[in-house]
Amino acid sequence: MQLSEDVLLDMHHRMVRIRHFEEAAGRLAEESRLPGFLHLYVGEEAVAAGVCVALNDDDQISSTHRGHGHLVAKGGDFERMMAELMGKATGYCKGKGGSMHICDLDLGMLGANGIVGAGVPIAVGAGFANKYRDDGRVSVVFFGDGASNIGAFHEAANMAAALVLPVVFVCENNEYGEFTPRERTMAITDVVDRAAGYGMPGVIVDGMDVVAVHEAATEAVALARSGQGPSFIEAKTYRFYNHHGVQTLGMKYRSDEELAEWKKRDPIDLFEARLAESGVLTAEDAQAVHERVAGAVEQAIVFAEESPLPKAESLYEDVYSGVTP
Amino acid sequence: MTVTEKEARTLTYGAAFNEGLRQVMEEDPDVFFAGEDVGKAGGVFGSFVGLNDAFGDLRAVDTPISEQAIVGLGIGAAVTGLRPVVDLMFMDFILVAMDQIANQAAKLKYMFGGKATLPLTITTSAGAGLSAAAQHSQSLEAILCHIPGLKVVMPSNPHDAKGLLVACIRDNNPTVYVKNKRLLGLKGDVPEDLYEVPIGVANVIRPGSSVTVVTYGRMVQESAKAADELAGEGVDCEIIDLRTVQPLDIDAVTTSARKTGNIVVVHEAVRFGGLGAEIASQVQEQAFDYLDAPVGRVGAPFTPVPFSPSLEAEYVPNADRIAEGIRETLGM
Ligand SMILES: Cc1ncc(C[n+]2csc(CCOP(=O)(O)OP(=O)(O)O)c2C)c(N)n1
Ligand SMILES: [Mg+2]
Repeated sequence: MQLSEDVLLDMHHRMVRIRHFEEAAGRLAEESRLPGFLHLYVGEEAVAAGVCVALNDDDQISSTHRGHGHLVAKGGDFERMMAELMGKATGYCKGKGGSMHICDLDLGMLGANGIVGAGVPIAVGAGFANKYRDDGRVSVVFFGDGASNIGAFHEAANMAAALVLPVVFVCENNEYGEFTPRERTMAITDVVDRAAGYGMPGVIVDGMDVVAVHEAATEAVALARSGQGPSFIEAKTYRFYNHHGVQTLGMKYRSDEELAEWKKRDPIDLFEARLAESGVLTAEDAQAVHERVAGAVEQAIVFAEESPLPKAESLYEDVYSGVTP
Repeated sequence: MTVTEKEARTLTYGAAFNEGLRQVMEEDPDVFFAGEDVGKAGGVFGSFVGLNDAFGDLRAVDTPISEQAIVGLGIGAAVTGLRPVVDLMFMDFILVAMDQIANQAAKLKYMFGGKATLPLTITTSAGAGLSAAAQHSQSLEAILCHIPGLKVVMPSNPHDAKGLLVACIRDNNPTVYVKNKRLLGLKGDVPEDLYEVPIGVANVIRPGSSVTVVTYGRMVQESAKAADELAGEGVDCEIIDLRTVQPLDIDAVTTSARKTGNIVVVHEAVRFGGLGAEIASQVQEQAFDYLDAPVGRVGAPFTPVPFSPSLEAEYVPNADRIAEGIRETLGM
């Protein structure tokens, strides 16, 4: 597959946006400037970016507790994201959801989710609505290796296949669920093996290689859009920070060597080397992208910090549609 | 309440839980525990630290992220003779496993004409106040208390955290043991030996004459602060820590109601349909003539738990709001 320069630069931009947003969020959390839990996407950028660049703006995605990267990749606005992480009234969820429930329905981002696996049936429902309206849209569900152990995933995967729905399953296999390695909770190495059980085609891709992810996603999306039902992509990837927050406090559940090995394959470094080599983006130009994005993140932090807290009355709003009884 | 020979020393609530579990496992080879991250990692709240090293992978089991199967594992092992403890990390996740809890664990004995015995303990952690938002902060005990066949305990301090855990594990019924996340670091005296705090027995933690405050879990502390505040206003609060919310020690409540003439129920859970409603109803059935005022209730508003610390502070009951509720009941 020959990718245009525009597509390549778009993927690079989205990855850099995710990286800088997440690094900043991590810094703020370390300084106790963010409340609540924070699950950072650093290291896994190629998955969200590679997939979302293969989507149309009106396609939908559903996400996980590690959801910032998915929202950024779908075009999320830094200011409203940062404000949400700080619990401000100007945030995407008016400060009611925070990191774990961040969403932008206008961008087709159906929400991060605090319940592991819960986003899978929701994406299948969106896929059903797309088929129902016959509007050519596709829904994508991102979920972790750990999430593939929960019933919701299995029920939804089977249903999507049985009803021939336009859904793409994207498993972000980072080899851990919280602090427990995959091999303690699964007897298989490749999550994609599960796709066959539901009659879905599946592929494994290098989740640190955005081009590989993008190619697989483009194929899967085309299948779904042409009415051939769901398919499954397993992206082998790794998170560079702790399950939540930045540092591993106390528990030593993975080795420094393992982390260092994966960091050698930093998806942004790999891609930038490739872009430089092919003359698409020089190191200086890449640097300029980083600086521009970093500036936008700083601006978002200022916006979020200067934003008002939610009004106390807003606690009672949005429980129901229409007039609250 | 507690018969103990060895000296008590100070432990945190979380460490008291850990010690209780360890000691029962040492005593009874049929006890094992299973759950997400509870083995090698020692639990996300550190409650199971060291137990995998001590008891190995077969008795300190790391499970997949599979709440239904975790509870089902406990049920199956319990009816076939073991004494399992299964952990659901956050109380919100009981909802993922609700069929196994409510349709299976709670009912097997009855449906089988008494033949099944389920010495099963489900442990979990509830409570708001950590900006963990709507799916990691709930107090859902009312849902569990509505299911005949389950027992539900909610310890408020390290002493009870250990004793109630031991009682739950030794009980031959499905029990749900609910820690409060914000109490995990609370320190208190804990006897070194293995002891039980009996299920279904409330504890008067502060005697008083003006009003009875009925509460449990983390709200015991907040109610004690409210009582201190009100003491300066001439209000003498009696505080009852229910400790067990199913079965309810309603006798302890009505006995106190007859003495003080006023009752305020305080819980962190949503007020609507909460334990307070049941207690108010039972108290008026049994002690109506002794009451000077309608039973008061302090609880969370009828909304999901918000993320923003400013909204969450508005949401979770605290000493000030409890004091306000008590004043209202007393017509002050
Ligand atoms: C139903 C449910 N069970 C447990 C949890 C606690 N939890 C949050 S994230 C997580 C691990 C998820 O692992 P995985 O799906 O591999 O995603 P990753 O964090 O690795 O991106 C767990 C167990 C939860 N949020 N929901
Ligand atoms: Mg994982």
